[in-house]
Amino acid sequence: MPLVFCIIFDCIMNIELFFQYVAAGVTYGFIYAIVAIGFNIIYNTTGIINFAQGEFVMLGSMTAITLNAFMPLSLAIVLSVLITMLVGAVMEILFFRWLESPSVLRMIIITIGLSIIIREIALAIWGENVRALPYFTGNEVSSVSFAGVHISPQVLWVVGICSVMVVGLQVFFKYFRYGRQMRACAANREVARLCGINTKNMVTLSFVLSAGIGALAGCVVSPITYSQYNMGVPLAIKGFTVAILGGLGNSMAAVAGGLLLGILESFSVWVMPSAYKDAIAISIMLLILFFRPAGLFGRKEEFSLKEF
Amino acid sequence: MLKIRNIEAGYGSIKVLRKVSLHVNPGEIVTIIGANGAGKTTLLRTISGLLRPWSGEIKFNGEDITRTPTERIVRLGCALVPEGRQVFSTMTVRENLMLGATVRFGKDRREDIERDIEWIYDLFPRLAERETQLAGTLSGGEQQMLAIGRALMAKPELLLLDEPSMGLAPTIVKEIFNYIVRLREELGLTVLLVEQNARSALKVSDRAYVIETGRIMLEGRSEDLMQNRDVQRAYLGRDLDREFV
Repeated sequence: MPLVFCIIFDCIMNIELFFQYVAAGVTYGFIYAIVAIGFNIIYNTTGIINFAQGEFVMLGSMTAITLNAFMPLSLAIVLSVLITMLVGAVMEILFFRWLESPSVLRMIIITIGLSIIIREIALAIWGENVRALPYFTGNEVSSVSFAGVHISPQVLWVVGICSVMVVGLQVFFKYFRYGRQMRACAANREVARLCGINTKNMVTLSFVLSAGIGALAGCVVSPITYSQYNMGVPLAIKGFTVAILGGLGNSMAAVAGGLLLGILESFSVWVMPSAYKDAIAISIMLLILFFRPAGLFGRKEEFSLKEF
Repeated sequence: MLKIRNIEAGYGSIKVLRKVSLHVNPGEIVTIIGANGAGKTTLLRTISGLLRPWSGEIKFNGEDITRTPTERIVRLGCALVPEGRQVFSTMTVRENLMLGATVRFGKDRREDIERDIEWIYDLFPRLAERETQLAGTLSGGEQQMLAIGRALMAKPELLLLDEPSMGLAPTIVKEIFNYIVRLREELGLTVLLVEQNARSALKVSDRAYVIETGRIMLEGRSEDLMQNRDVQRAYLGRDLDREFV
């Protein structure tokens, strides 16, 4: 309890710093949310957790960094997103599509294997060097002032692009034919087939879609967090935490969960060494799995019907 | 239109269908009656490709569809209304109908599909009232209408109906069966109907098959089967012992 008062007191004394932390928390929160939505999209069509989701983020940013040496930044990002989508499609077609009614566990193990393979390939291509995309506008030291709070313009890019992605996905699932078909596939795979929907194509599409949004998130965040061949691992863990925090399969809950985790993490730095930052995510994940496995916003009945 | 020869199918190592053969002619309403677990649903699932038969042959309009994937069979013009309705409950009535038209995108113009949705609304006015409601909030009868409407959106030639009367009040059952007859009259639709409610089903159909433990035991014109003593005793609730012959 005294700790809490301490923090509150600190905040009042230091309102600027407070908002600085909020901004950092929101930045990371959105990235976690995008990774979590990537999890959700694939979970909804296949019922599996794709543990290679973090690798999509890594591939997107690393490819963009390499391409940026030959072409303007915007073109490099677009191309890297497309390439990562292609990787997602190839992955699904090679490793999942031909399986005859595979078990959930088997498919999850495949995704874990794939994540290791992709990481090793990335290590072979790019080495262990830490790289980064340039800031989209300005540079490391430029900042935008909001009521006395200084924020890097890249933070606005992250928040802006991620918000557009979230809204865009909602629109896609609600108003577009393929979005509707993917939802149908998620709701009841067999009846979706009876409607003439090619559910195998929908699964491929879900891999392509989550690869795409993961890659784009990796690009916008790269100037702030830097990129390395193994950046996907912590992102996958945190994205997964956020996905179950919100309740698997629910995209808007993932955004709320992402922001929650991001802000918690950034404020944790205030009271304890930043080395413990990652422990926060893991602790939250364990607590949720123990006490509310359906997530903060998930319904219990719905959860009990899920396969695992 | 539909020809099935010596189909055997099941789940895991349990054989459910044993050498089932039947046929449906264009424009006919054919009923399959049978008790729980006789294999009625399994038969329809096999026809629509959800279940791979172990052996035998299924032909639709002369084309072999024994190993054709479900979505392709729907495209060929054979749509199944599954048991227990199974509408997409978290989607609106309209979205459900749009999904039913999946096989027609790219083939038919958008206006044609819109017009067919209006036509479904004319046929089932209660769906029109609930257009923007989530399908899960509809009553059982309305969900059945929606499930039939969704299947009709694919413009099938053959409609497979799996127990449309299941869990519905008797008046609604009557209404649903009237719709089936109307669909044949208005569209020339061919219907293969699976029912436990033998009396209603025999009344609307031309021919019928009786299935017992995965075998076709009897077949014939519906009127004849209604007069058949075994059928009366087993499926129409006639108590011959008390009738003193």
